Amino acid sequence: MSDDPDGGAPAGLYVHVPFCHSKCPYCDFFSEVGSGLQSAFVDAALREAEHHAAGRGPFDTLYLGGGTPSVLSPDGLAALVEGLGRVCSFTPDAEITLEVNPDDVTPRVAKLWRELGLNRISVGAQSFNEDELRFLGRRHTAHGALRALEAVREHGPPNLSIDLIYGFCGQSSTSLRESIDSAFSFAPDHLSCYQLTLEPRTVFGRRHARGELQRLGEEEERTCFLIVADAIRSRDFDHYEISNFARTSLVRSRHNQKYWCHTETIGLGPAAHSYRDGRRRWNVTDVADYVERVRGKGDATVGSESLTQKQIRLETLLLGLRTANGISVDFARTIDSGLDIVAALVHEGLVTMGGGRVTPTLQGFLLADGLPLRFDLE
Amino acid sequence: MPLIRNFAIIAHIDHGKSTLADRLIQHAGLVPDREFRDQLLDTMDIERERGITIKSQTVALPYTAADGQQYTLNLIDTPGHVDFSYEVSRALASCEGVLLLVDASQGVEAQTLANLYAAMEHDLEVVPVINKIDLPAADIEMAREAIDTELGLDGDDALLCSAKMGTGIEEVMAAVVERLPPPVGDADAPLAALIFDANYDVFRGTIVSMRVMQGTVRAGDVIRTMSNNVTYKVEEVGFFRLEREPRKKLSAGEVGYLIAGIKTVSDTRVGDTITLDKAPAESILAGFTMSKPVVFSSIYPVANDEYPSLVDALEKYSLNDASLEYEKDSSVALGQGFRCGFLGLLHLEIVQERLEREFDQSLIMTVPSVEYRIHLNNGTEIAVDNPAYYPDPVAIDKVEEPYIRASILMPERYMGVVMKLCMERRADNTNFTYPSPGRMEFTAEMPLAEVIFDFYDRLKSVTQGYGSFDYDLIGYRTGDVVKVDILVNSEPVDALSLIVHRENARARALQACEGLREEIPRQQFRIAIQGAIGGKIIARKTINAFRKDVTAKCYGGDISRKRKLLEKQKKGKKRMKMVGNVEIPQKAFVAVLKTNNE
Repeated sequence: MSDDPDGGAPAGLYVHVPFCHSKCPYCDFFSEVGSGLQSAFVDAALREAEHHAAGRGPFDTLYLGGGTPSVLSPDGLAALVEGLGRVCSFTPDAEITLEVNPDDVTPRVAKLWRELGLNRISVGAQSFNEDELRFLGRRHTAHGALRALEAVREHGPPNLSIDLIYGFCGQSSTSLRESIDSAFSFAPDHLSCYQLTLEPRTVFGRRHARGELQRLGEEEERTCFLIVADAIRSRDFDHYEISNFARTSLVRSRHNQKYWCHTETIGLGPAAHSYRDGRRRWNVTDVADYVERVRGKGDATVGSESLTQKQIRLETLLLGLRTANGISVDFARTIDSGLDIVAALVHEGLVTMGGGRVTPTLQGFLLADGLPLRFDLE
Repeated sequence: MPLIRNFAIIAHIDHGKSTLADRLIQHAGLVPDREFRDQLLDTMDIERERGITIKSQTVALPYTAADGQQYTLNLIDTPGHVDFSYEVSRALASCEGVLLLVDASQGVEAQTLANLYAAMEHDLEVVPVINKIDLPAADIEMAREAIDTELGLDGDDALLCSAKMGTGIEEVMAAVVERLPPPVGDADAPLAALIFDANYDVFRGTIVSMRVMQGTVRAGDVIRTMSNNVTYKVEEVGFFRLEREPRKKLSAGEVGYLIAGIKTVSDTRVGDTITLDKAPAESILAGFTMSKPVVFSSIYPVANDEYPSLVDALEKYSLNDASLEYEKDSSVALGQGFRCGFLGLLHLEIVQERLEREFDQSLIMTVPSVEYRIHLNNGTEIAVDNPAYYPDPVAIDKVEEPYIRASILMPERYMGVVMKLCMERRADNTNFTYPSPGRMEFTAEMPLAEVIFDFYDRLKSVTQGYGSFDYDLIGYRTGDVVKVDILVNSEPVDALSLIVHRENARARALQACEGLREEIPRQQFRIAIQGAIGGKIIARKTINAFRKDVTAKCYGGDISRKRKLLEKQKKGKKRMKMVGNVEIPQKAFVAVLKTNNE
């Protein structure tokens, strides 16, 4: 993978489906609950695709994220996916991912997803422990998660990813390991394991601010991170990003990697971000407003930024050093005293060098937020 | 000449000297009442805020006495702090008498005494004035009693006034005429004029304040300053009103100014004698010495790129403060700066404050030091005021440090705590007297170094503000002194080195280490902060490395936010100084140096 923006890889297409049955108390992604605008949204997304994505491509990824895309009715989902297939061009082997909630999964819809041509399902199981699921405000039970995964495995698309959340008060290392074991019982191709973050504009964030909800201590967070990494790495998974693990490097999330190396991505739907040629833009964060704007001119952009060369380089560092791809030695060489800093980081055990690349170690992942600060981009 | 009086007002800080001066100016009709601004003579903000006079100013007050005669009363304002005692002595040498102010509610304080002694050294006529008689706490009889017993003057002769309310002002002016003698001196003798102050004017250069002792000086004369034999052509002489008032000449007994193309005030020396080049006086007037700095500190700009601006500010500042000495200094941690010599700790604070306020500088000042005399094993002796030049301890035979005689006046009940404070500061040969019932004067010999480190603040605090302090330098004595280095990951932070008494070394080192530990942000590796004497570690603190510092998610919508956070952090880093591999924020230096200074 190149450090250069774009790097010539095909672009990726993202659709933000902004609906949920209920808001999870930790989640700060944009979504609306109980909206009657689902079919209007699907129409608008297709119209926006015509405006922004039709002439581009072929895309080699389509990612339906949210929100909760599985909230869409089977018809609505089919209209969206088939519509995008008509409006945009995709490579034959495109990775097409759908994020789903366990309580939306039945053998029937799993089968439908496969028939629609989706080839990757990301199941938001989060945990397989009853108490933890309740704490996380999830609608499904542990049993429900197991049933959903069975259905996906039996009837759904071939490629399975499971999301887990860990690292909060009340979770034991045993239950964390048990959740990982449960996930592995479905032979997943991919795992995303996120340490719980108390985002300010969420229920958890507010409870934290009021002192009602404690964050884990740094040492405990570190321990949790290492338990997760160790448990998954010991199954020979590829720890290719801070929170992401793939059975082999071939089943890494192709779409998400585009974000991490400045490949062009087009984001459709409210609050979606797009990136192309050093310019990033984002859509309005409101479903009705989004629908109205797109109806008008096919576009719902409300903000954008053009990155300076220096900003692109900073992002290259920050994104690269979160992944197993790291940054190239050539790139490090273009930074003032870059190789000296790399040498210091190697000495400190935070990165390794090899194959022309500077790659964070597990310790490096643990301290990734501070790594870009070690380099002077002036 | 009988129609002139030259006088000063002397007082303890805050006993109302500037307010009385203002009233006299107002009474003389120099300013219309509606333009009257408090403390006219204290022209600097900082003087008005602190209620002290830093730069003395002089004003000639016209006064018609009861006998119908028109007098000129030259009020020579004196700096109100012990740091400037030499300047005070030169101003007093220009007078025939003084008004000695005593606060009706506080009585005699340390500087009242010190000032009285100074006036008596110059054989000046002293008129005691009890001020602040309007205060509810005023006790006039107590004040008269104190003047009797503590000052040895006649308390019944004291005038009563309230400068604040404007009462008793006419009586004060009348007493200046009646009770102070007129100047004497031969206007036809060779010129001898005493320089007691100098100020800088952007248009005219240095304005010399002087008292003509004998002879006459006119515009156009060629004068000579006798200490260094430099000649100048006089452009203008005149009297001080609130503004300068040119005259054809100044003669024996008169006080006024002289402008002669003198570029900076450093080219003049307070206490020097001005004479005529072609008909010089026989000898320089008595009492001339060069004032010498006793407290030293290095100043650095907070940001390295502000160094040129600091150079400029110091040059401009020193145009008007000849007593500030400075030379280039540099620190690995703080970059380029200046080593400065100050007359005392107050002088240091004033310079710092004025540079910051009037010249808009952001400064870091290193721990103040005194000048040590170091005797080396090879028989040579060196003077060191900067820890950077402290020799290797093995080469040192003995170290001498300056000592003072401290004088503290306070109500008797504070004796215990003051005694304790002074003993902690290595006081020796302590003595006390009871100048009046309930009051005591405590004297002790102490190392100057112990006084420049937060002594005055501590004294104020333990005596709840009732203790007053004055000191004289009394010479050098052997001391057990060491240099302490502060190391960050084994690299010395040169700007934080200090020279201290061995007994205090560990405490001061720990204090510095702790200050750094609190202010240096955690980094990706462990940071050891140590205090050391030579190779011996005497204090240690540790900043643990980050154990986990990573956010879980970074997708399409998160990247900008994350980048912006990094940009902000990087901006903060730019203001940090690198010591070895450790980034130290400026505020860490400030915090450490502040606790050390306070």
